Amino acid sequence: MSREYETVIGLEVHVELATKTKIFCGCSTQFGGEVNSHTCPVCTGMPGSLPVLNKQVVEYAIAVGLATNCEITRHGKFDRKNYFYPDNPQNYQISQLYLPICRNGYVEIETEAGGSKKVGIHEIHMEEDAGKLIHDEWAEVSLVDYNRSGVPLIEIVSEPDMRSAEEVIAYLEKLRMFIRYLGASDCKLQEGSMRADVNLSVRPVGAAEFGTRTEMKNLNSFTSITHAIASERERQIDILESGGSVVQETRRFDDNKGESYAMRSKEDAQDYRYFPDPDLIPVEVSEEWIEEIKSRQPEFRPAKMARYKEEYGIPDYDIGIITDSKAMADIFEEATKLSGQPKKVSNWLMVETLRLLKEQNMDPEDIRFSAKHLADLIGLTEKRVINSSVAKEVFEKMFEDDTDPVAYVEEHGLKQESDAGALKAICEQVIAENPKSVEDYKAGKEKAIGFLVGQTMKLAKGKADPGTVNSLLKELLG
Amino acid sequence: MKLTEMSAWELGQKIAGGELKATEALDACMEQIGVREDEIHAYITLDAERAYENAEAVQKRIDAGESLGPLAGVPMAVKDNMCTEGMLTTCASRILGNFVPAYSATAVEKLKEAGAVIIGKTNMDEFAMGSTTETSYFGITRNPRNTEHVPGGSSGGSAAAVAAEECIYALGSDTGGSIRQPAGYCGVVGIKPTYGTVSRYGLVAYGSSLDQIGPLTKDVRDAAAVLEAISGYDEKDSTSLDRKDLHFTEALREDVKDLRIGIPSDYFGEGLDEEVGEAVRKAAEELKAAGAKVEECRLDLVKYAIPTYYTIADAEASSNLERFDGIKYGYRTEEYTDLHDMYKKTRSEGFGAEVKRRIMLGSFVLSSGYYDAYYLKALKVKALIKKAFDEAFSKYDILLGPVAPTTAPRLGESLSDPMKMYLGDIYTVSANLAGIPGISLPCGADKEGLPIGLQLLGDCFREDVLIRAAYTYEKIRK
Repeated sequence: MSREYETVIGLEVHVELATKTKIFCGCSTQFGGEVNSHTCPVCTGMPGSLPVLNKQVVEYAIAVGLATNCEITRHGKFDRKNYFYPDNPQNYQISQLYLPICRNGYVEIETEAGGSKKVGIHEIHMEEDAGKLIHDEWAEVSLVDYNRSGVPLIEIVSEPDMRSAEEVIAYLEKLRMFIRYLGASDCKLQEGSMRADVNLSVRPVGAAEFGTRTEMKNLNSFTSITHAIASERERQIDILESGGSVVQETRRFDDNKGESYAMRSKEDAQDYRYFPDPDLIPVEVSEEWIEEIKSRQPEFRPAKMARYKEEYGIPDYDIGIITDSKAMADIFEEATKLSGQPKKVSNWLMVETLRLLKEQNMDPEDIRFSAKHLADLIGLTEKRVINSSVAKEVFEKMFEDDTDPVAYVEEHGLKQESDAGALKAICEQVIAENPKSVEDYKAGKEKAIGFLVGQTMKLAKGKADPGTVNSLLKELLG
Repeated sequence: MKLTEMSAWELGQKIAGGELKATEALDACMEQIGVREDEIHAYITLDAERAYENAEAVQKRIDAGESLGPLAGVPMAVKDNMCTEGMLTTCASRILGNFVPAYSATAVEKLKEAGAVIIGKTNMDEFAMGSTTETSYFGITRNPRNTEHVPGGSSGGSAAAVAAEECIYALGSDTGGSIRQPAGYCGVVGIKPTYGTVSRYGLVAYGSSLDQIGPLTKDVRDAAAVLEAISGYDEKDSTSLDRKDLHFTEALREDVKDLRIGIPSDYFGEGLDEEVGEAVRKAAEELKAAGAKVEECRLDLVKYAIPTYYTIADAEASSNLERFDGIKYGYRTEEYTDLHDMYKKTRSEGFGAEVKRRIMLGSFVLSSGYYDAYYLKALKVKALIKKAFDEAFSKYDILLGPVAPTTAPRLGESLSDPMKMYLGDIYTVSANLAGIPGISLPCGADKEGLPIGLQLLGDCFREDVLIRAAYTYEKIRK
């Protein structure tokens, strides 16, 4: 390679919003319904049906806009993007071209060099998702499922400000954090609730002009985004180095082959004949509305991390994990408030919770137990009502169905044997039944006490505190 | 007096008073249909079976003492571009020739609630595009006053059905004069309300920003009563207005004293038939004699109304009609090689010439490179036209003029010259562009006995003034 090249990347990120109902009708947005069960005249494009905007969509879009330092458009509009395709029941998609809800924002990311940089947000606009085509190759027919038709999306269009895959991932992670913290979406790339299209061009280092860009689609994970960027950068440089020129086109990335292929070139670009949708009234956003949304914005991760370090004195590593999900952070804060034991709470989250989440292939957002019950459980161990192995058992039950630990311990008789007399009797029994071990211990084999403790615990059915048993045995053995 | 000669109000009173059964009123209409329908062809769909079921059901409600309002039990007809659950809704097009909606338009629902008995669906210009009802895929409708002439359009079937007494009243829709002009040609009363007064939900859209549903009736009282029944805020239509002043029957007073009536000289220029002009001026004199203040005025910009209207209406129509693609409902071509071939053939075969002409015009004015020069400019002129009306209504309560330049043309005359047909809309389209209400009522006849229509235009939300003046004039004429 004779020259050094710089990669220039901009992203178009589609995010499916977590509203209960669709953007222009009252149908459910839930996944997994029977084919065409979440549909009505509006989202199937029946003659005479009309769209009515779901206000929650605007709220989420504004909230994301505020988090990413955007200007909020006070008088916005929806436009029709006209194109024919069977998954698009009206043959136009209701989107925003002329007056998108948010503009001119930025997201601050950390760079590899340890500094930070701003990635510009050109705009955020609201639009509706399309249905899904189902191809039956045996019957030679294609069918359409309109359950996803009308599910609300926001499209976040960045400026071409990123220069490496690392920056792209940092930007996406930051966006995802904001959106998850806002509860606006779960942002799962694999499941398509977050989709990123990569616009990429290369230019010789120092060049003022951008090169010709391509757009890459079908990127379903951070790994495939990273691979796609590397392969596309290489492809474009090869073309330029061999004297050719890059064609502006849309390319589809094949994750298995690790390469992309052309879908359509700019010459095939359709004229979408955008115009304001006359069925919808302008989206008027008042100052009060913005203020109201602002007042509800959560504390985002960077601020939270700084505060945790200051307030709770738990390790940075724990802070990183706990604040990665707002659901986890919420439980942490609430349980800490109730128990006054940040380290204990953190420990339960870092060890048992993460283990069970991983085991059951769940996300922190799926956690069922309440912060109160976790605090109660910690209270039980603090007061030595139960020992740690019983606590784990109770926690597993709690993790399952948010069982009340206090009631559970009571009902199942899991309280530690605190009756000194009864415990002493058990110890004496164990000493009497295990003369060999007693002999060993007395002969100086300190380890032999372990066996006796174990036997005592066994007879006490696990309800005894090992520490107490240990000292009691030593006492009895003189 | 024959039952079918009665107004809806009179018939409704008899039914409510127990003098007449709803089924007897229906019998009378069916008898009249038997006499005249073969020649007139006002209906696309006649559903006697369902009509009798409805009449019996309404009668039961009346017998049970339910208070249903003045229209209960009165047989009526609905223009075939409004969805009627379980009843064909074709828009007079081959492409919807087999379409049976799963829901009813809000206006239809409201009438059903009020005890209306729907006889059937009336003929119209295909997708409401035309001024003569000659573009219907299902054949022409004749003017009951003179069967060599057109009934006007696009709500020609509704106007003809009322004029031929094949129903007592009907619903029409008005995008550029489609209620007022056929009412004028057939000698009945028609109102286009203020945009947003009647829900458009379930009205198959032509020009969404201009479409309004309204009544076609025998007299002004019926028009007020029907409008009162169908108007009101609808959460399913974002463009519907929450008006509190919907008691239109309260405006039925003989009183035009001090009413300021302006006569725009621009409405009496070139192209206006002499007899029509005379009849309209005579009506103005009569209102003056009754106490109104009448004076000539100017309403510039009228000459821009036609190009502005056709640019906006066709642009919206080109997008609104995209959903008719053979995928989900309606006509699909027999043989095709692939998806695009199917689209092309279906739409080529499914739409008539006038519809295709307007889709092409509309697609053109929205296409990239022409959008600003045509569509955007038309929107600006539309705003100027609204401003001109605002100024006029600061001086006058009513603007009075003809509905159309001539009386009903002979069958076949208009189709050969679409430009001439478009120019025939000159007096009606401005009201749609400005969103203001208009009423059309008979004010005489020409030498051949064809009715002449008088048009009164009012400021937004002032249907009451129009109804009062029209009611007064109607009394003077009788």
